[in-house]
Amino acid sequence: MSTTTFEGMPATEPRAATEPSYLTSENTIASWLFTRDHKRIALMFFASVTFFFFVGGTAATLMRLNLATPQGLLQPAVYNRMFTMHGIIMVWFFLIPSIPTTFGNFFIPMMIGARDLAFPRVNLLSWYVFNLSGLVVLFALVMGGADTGWTFYTPLSTVYADGYVFAAAIAVFINGFSSIMTALNFIVTIHRMRAPGMTWMRLPLFVWGIYTVSVVMLTATPVLAMDTFLLAFERFTGIGPFSVQHGGDPILWQHMFWFYSHPAVYIMILPAMGVVSELIPCYARRPIFGYTGMAIALMSLAILTFFVWAHHMFVAGISVYSAILFSLMTFFVAVPSAIKVFNWTVSLHKGRIIFDAPMLYALGFVLLFTLGGVTGLMLATLAVDVDLHGTYFVIAHFHYIMVGATVSAFFGALHYWWPKMTGRLYPEMWARSAAILMYVGFNMTFFPQFVLGYLGMPRRSYTYPVEWQSWNVLSSAGASILAIAYLLPLLYLGWSIFFGRKAGPNPWGATGLEWATPSPPPTHNFGDTPIVTLGPYSYDPENDTFIDQEGVSHAR
Amino acid sequence: MPADARLEIQFATLEQQGDTAQVGMWIFLVNETIFFGALIFTYFLYRLTYPHEFAAAAKDTVFWAGTANFVILVTSSLTMVLAINAAAQEERPNQMIGWLIVTVGLGFLFLGVKGYEYYLDILDRVVPVVHFEVKPGEGSAGELFWVFYWIATGLHAIHLTVGIGLLLYMLLWRIRRGEITPAYYAPLEVVGIYWSFVDTVWLFLYPCIYLVGRS
Amino acid sequence: MYHWIPFWPDTAAVNAVVVNNLYIAELGLSAVIMVTVLAMMLTYCVRYRSNGTASRGHRLERTWHFEIAWTVATLGVFLIVFVWGAQVYAWLYEPPPADEEVYVVGKQWMWKVEHPGGQREIDALHVPVGKTIRVVMGSEDVIHSFFIPAFRVKHDVVPGTLETVWFKADKTGVFRLECTQFCGLQHATMQGEIDVMSGADYARWLTSQGVHESLAEQGADLFRAHGCSGCHGQNSTVHAPSLTGLYGTMVHLQDGSVRLADEAYLRDCILNPRSFTVAGFPPVMPDFAGQLGEDEVIKLIAYIKSLGSKQESLR
Repeated sequence: MSTTTFEGMPATEPRAATEPSYLTSENTIASWLFTRDHKRIALMFFASVTFFFFVGGTAATLMRLNLATPQGLLQPAVYNRMFTMHGIIMVWFFLIPSIPTTFGNFFIPMMIGARDLAFPRVNLLSWYVFNLSGLVVLFALVMGGADTGWTFYTPLSTVYADGYVFAAAIAVFINGFSSIMTALNFIVTIHRMRAPGMTWMRLPLFVWGIYTVSVVMLTATPVLAMDTFLLAFERFTGIGPFSVQHGGDPILWQHMFWFYSHPAVYIMILPAMGVVSELIPCYARRPIFGYTGMAIALMSLAILTFFVWAHHMFVAGISVYSAILFSLMTFFVAVPSAIKVFNWTVSLHKGRIIFDAPMLYALGFVLLFTLGGVTGLMLATLAVDVDLHGTYFVIAHFHYIMVGATVSAFFGALHYWWPKMTGRLYPEMWARSAAILMYVGFNMTFFPQFVLGYLGMPRRSYTYPVEWQSWNVLSSAGASILAIAYLLPLLYLGWSIFFGRKAGPNPWGATGLEWATPSPPPTHNFGDTPIVTLGPYSYDPENDTFIDQEGVSHAR
Repeated sequence: MPADARLEIQFATLEQQGDTAQVGMWIFLVNETIFFGALIFTYFLYRLTYPHEFAAAAKDTVFWAGTANFVILVTSSLTMVLAINAAAQEERPNQMIGWLIVTVGLGFLFLGVKGYEYYLDILDRVVPVVHFEVKPGEGSAGELFWVFYWIATGLHAIHLTVGIGLLLYMLLWRIRRGEITPAYYAPLEVVGIYWSFVDTVWLFLYPCIYLVGRS
Repeated sequence: MYHWIPFWPDTAAVNAVVVNNLYIAELGLSAVIMVTVLAMMLTYCVRYRSNGTASRGHRLERTWHFEIAWTVATLGVFLIVFVWGAQVYAWLYEPPPADEEVYVVGKQWMWKVEHPGGQREIDALHVPVGKTIRVVMGSEDVIHSFFIPAFRVKHDVVPGTLETVWFKADKTGVFRLECTQFCGLQHATMQGEIDVMSGADYARWLTSQGVHESLAEQGADLFRAHGCSGCHGQNSTVHAPSLTGLYGTMVHLQDGSVRLADEAYLRDCILNPRSFTVAGFPPVMPDFAGQLGEDEVIKLIAYIKSLGSKQESLR
């Protein structure tokens, strides 16, 4: 790739010290709703995804309350719609957008030394499209919800289901375009707008994480768009490629759906991995172990993820030979993840470790991701998957990754970058307590589900035989603790906006171009184009300092 | 480099801005290719499973309309390129506008032919579920061919309409305000890339729809 | 072990024993990995905490050796587990010669079971212990999944085709049958009981059901009632493939492909004959899609199977 950096920027910007921040520069509603500033758009996305997180979380709360006893609480039809909407909302309206649209939007331009993304209006449009899809999904929810599971298996979804399948499918269809626009913006920006000296191998791993996730999003989401389009068409008209009566194959839906949805789960984890690769060097005060290996691992995950989809279909009737091939590919895709876990762990060696809240989230991520990963190996093993598929074991596995890992990373990122985004420090003891409470609550909620899965409890069940109640009660109790741990940040972070101590430009002593700006940053990020001379993570644990781009050493 | 009101704050030069916009469009087209690709994949899956039924169903497609549209679109891609070529040359803004108007005209002509073809299709009762008559040899899978036909040509027509909209936007907004000059005509190139893509999709749809069963 | 908090499912079939061993091995491997990561993390966190005095000098610069080493080691371990799992899977999904056959139809929200002798059950399946049971499954509506946790055996039941699964129970008792593919409102209650009995008890149970016609005999009735014997019967003048000895042979189709004449193939021929015309025969068989329910198709298949398998055919 030839140099895509540029020489100098037009000297049109005033001095950074007296320039108002992006938050206060203009304060009309119109200046927010029609903004082109990636930082404001990031905050607007943050509001949207947080809203949906709590909607999806409410559905989960109702589900766990229902499952505390076999008699339950909800009508079966209501429960079935709850888990479907919980899945749809959490996957597409929280997990997939969360880290890219909030921290990606906010920090990618800053980390590469740019003033904004390549296409700011497309960025804003992405937010509007996201909210449009959000309105459609809320419509579906309020009208009663779809009742097919988030996977919409045919012919249940096309012919037999009673709920608002069409609306839910359209919501997902529209949502896909928001993902595609965001991904396109990141890819082009990272390729073309890096500051002078910011070569690919000097990029922070968070940028690598966002770049690789954008490639996956761009390539996989159009397949989802066609899938949901065909599904909605068949639901509406009664005919389509999945229709058994017309010679269609219901298993075709599974192939097409999982061709997107397996990469989708990697879309959910790659940015989280990028975040953790920022947190651990900062709080261990040393460079990450094996930077090149970490970047290569991210790229390998982005490629290999497209070759494993049928591991969701081992019992669906695919041929034994296909199944063996997909199982092999699944074991291959597990290798880069394992490398990353080793590298993160060894990145603690000879560091100077600080246990602030972001680090607690990062360390929690590593452990929960590893547990989720080893259980993934068990599911990748063909013979064991025959037993575990469709049971609570699978639910526990993916919640360990999606919630244990991704949501932990989201909260870690939120705390780490909070001072930069808001200009305020959050209360550290509250944050640490919430992190620990989350870890405890999470394990208590989901570990029993592994046991339930091996015992044979099917997923998507509103009731269960009474002998499994003890594990279900434990899980529901854990969920109540987890709920508190998720609500606490809302309270103390909200408090900090008004009453928190003001933050300086670099409260953590972190490296990275974003920390060279005031907190909160001015609208155009940088007055002059930064010139990059060092790789990322120029921490020196031996002397407990870090080195900035001019070569000057600083204490933390 | 003229001090341009068109230069956005995140770019250093107009050249960077223009190149970046083109890269953006190419990457968007990767996404569109996969979108249509998924549909064509599904089509091929069933074409290979039910070759006789698909061939029987495809005999009822309006061959002259599909072929005429093929010629119209390919020509319009040519006129689009001629317009961009004219844009790059200082002395010929009117030629650029002229070729763009021809391109828009050909786009509308395509839609007209397609609209008439849809009318003939309705008369021939090949609208699945709504107005469908099973022809001999089609079986129940033949209706799947027609589902593919309506979805593929419908989506294509929507993309074409967006393309016409973009061209009209160029003509009535950007060019009228003098924003497209030989120094900077990247927006026109971006629209041109998109237009060529719409043409290319038809290159794939044409044999799938009109040539199956006629060989 | 307290019995009121279950921790481990029953292991009641030869299939289950093999899967159990693999699962325990993987639990062990997972524990090793978790303990290693946790131990390293804790050690480093304590030793290299910010106010600790351990030396931070001489940090390793060349890290490739470690990275290659643990990548290769990881891949090696994974491949071993993969091969073991794949071998067991192939064994689980390729039915050995069966001692008994049973037909199951899943529908919202019950399991309908039919024994070859014509005995019928709903949400229950009686089988003899120590015998290889082959289960042929179809669905009347949506995708279900037939799962017996105690046997570690599962297969989706897909509309539009017939799937097969086998097991061999090695102890008597009553074991749970679950549906593990969400199939609508009452998916959670689509359960059943697998009642494994001794051979003698099973034989007694079969005769006590009060059934007069076997499945194949019911199929023969349908065969005549729907006019199949008009073309496929002994005295037919129509040029139609003979069904005697058809089951289990390889069939050459019109489009050049070759298929094994198993239950799924027979079902395809009955319900979609135009797409599966046998080579050398005219495509004139009427299709019975919409006229026959899954139960009836299964009876016809049972009848065709009873016409002899892998013996001389009268083509």
